[in-house]
Amino acid sequence: MSSEGPSVSMFAAFSWQFVRHAKTLINSPADVANPLLFFFMVITLFPLGLGPDPERLAAMAPGILWVVALLASLMVSSKLFASDFEDGSLEQLALAPYPLPILALGEIAAHWLATGGLLSLVSPIFGIMLGLPTQGLATLMFSLLLGSICLTLIGAVGSALTVSIRRGGLLLSLLIIPLNVPVLIFGTAAVNEAVIGGNAVSWLALLGGLALGALALMPIAIGAALRVSLDN
Amino acid sequence: MGSPPWFFRFSGRLVRWLLPLTVALLLVGAFWGLLVAPPDFRQGNSYRIIYIHVPAAVVALAGYYVMALAGAVSLIWRIKMADVTMRAAAPVGAVLTAIALVTGAVWGKPTWGTWWVWDARITSMLLLFFLYLGVVALFEAYENKTAAARACAVLSLIGTVNIPIIYKSVDWWYSLHQPASIKFTGESAIDSSMLYPLLLMIGAFYCLFALTVLLNMRAELLWRHRDSAWVQQLIGDA
Repeated sequence: MSSEGPSVSMFAAFSWQFVRHAKTLINSPADVANPLLFFFMVITLFPLGLGPDPERLAAMAPGILWVVALLASLMVSSKLFASDFEDGSLEQLALAPYPLPILALGEIAAHWLATGGLLSLVSPIFGIMLGLPTQGLATLMFSLLLGSICLTLIGAVGSALTVSIRRGGLLLSLLIIPLNVPVLIFGTAAVNEAVIGGNAVSWLALLGGLALGALALMPIAIGAALRVSLDN
Repeated sequence: MGSPPWFFRFSGRLVRWLLPLTVALLLVGAFWGLLVAPPDFRQGNSYRIIYIHVPAAVVALAGYYVMALAGAVSLIWRIKMADVTMRAAAPVGAVLTAIALVTGAVWGKPTWGTWWVWDARITSMLLLFFLYLGVVALFEAYENKTAAARACAVLSLIGTVNIPIIYKSVDWWYSLHQPASIKFTGESAIDSSMLYPLLLMIGAFYCLFALTVLLNMRAELLWRHRDSAWVQQLIGDA
């Protein structure tokens, strides 16, 4: 390699990571389908546990949908940097002349599209299954779209911190759950507001604010955490 | 400050007067609050647990910032002593949060009729407890302890940014779902005969926090440097 600095632009490095991980995900459809199935099955557990009364389910639907989305996000976060760590490519990425946060962001972006983004797009179906009123469905989708960006980024920090630990998945959940609480609160508030016929825009704006804040700040933490994990 | 043997001697001198000061403040505060201060108009004598509950909660929250600040110092300037401080502060803060939660439950039973209620402050305290436990668990999980300290520093810094967000969001969450209102008597203006012992107890708990963290740090330094000359000499002298 020449000593004149990186040979491609930062955006190209980001897209290279993005495409690489998108290809990995396309080649293993199970990694994309399993979280959705998990979401579906856990949603089914709630009527079984709470009883089929449609009014009660409809009242609880925003909370149920959001909590299960959060759990699904925890589940996929543990896989985020794992394969790169195991085959040594994470070390190579850390040595590359590009900022590690940007490279990590490429991977996270592909990951989000396949997990949180996809989940948000299909969430209205599950909303209907739980009896969520129609006026809440669009807000459900948008709140999950914005919220899943936060959840994915926070999950990525947790994954970066625990990727070098055996059975780090459970520890990841313990670390991340308190940090996810504001996202959960704003998300359910948005959907509840829409269900009663109010304007959920202010809650969605808060979620958007959290998402932008996370996009700005979390990558730095992720880069630092990845380097710490490589030292373990 | 950064040299372990220097810090060990310095903290030894600190502890020598901090220990009696802490004990004195705790005893005076406890006696004043539990026996001398007048009973509350509405709650009678059962409010007195405030003299343990509030100081524990205040210092638990402050302790998180001490821990995070120590973590930041250790991360930015690579000062080893700072990560010893962070490591020492984490379990102390966790225990103080637990004390606040348990004493809060004990207070809640006679005043509200229930051991637990999901109001904004209790829920925020519970989340703070989880944040502390996360730091402790992360440190134990790493094999390389230097990397462990840096990981905990990153985690506690993220927690620091999040604590105001968590607190505010839980506040809003509670006001959205407000059940039949349960009021803290502490919300109204507190009489000075109750305020002064409370402030004294808060000061006492701060001293207790500092004392416990210093003692933890001393123990940690002795263990980490157990093979070095200055520790061997200390053991030899003892």
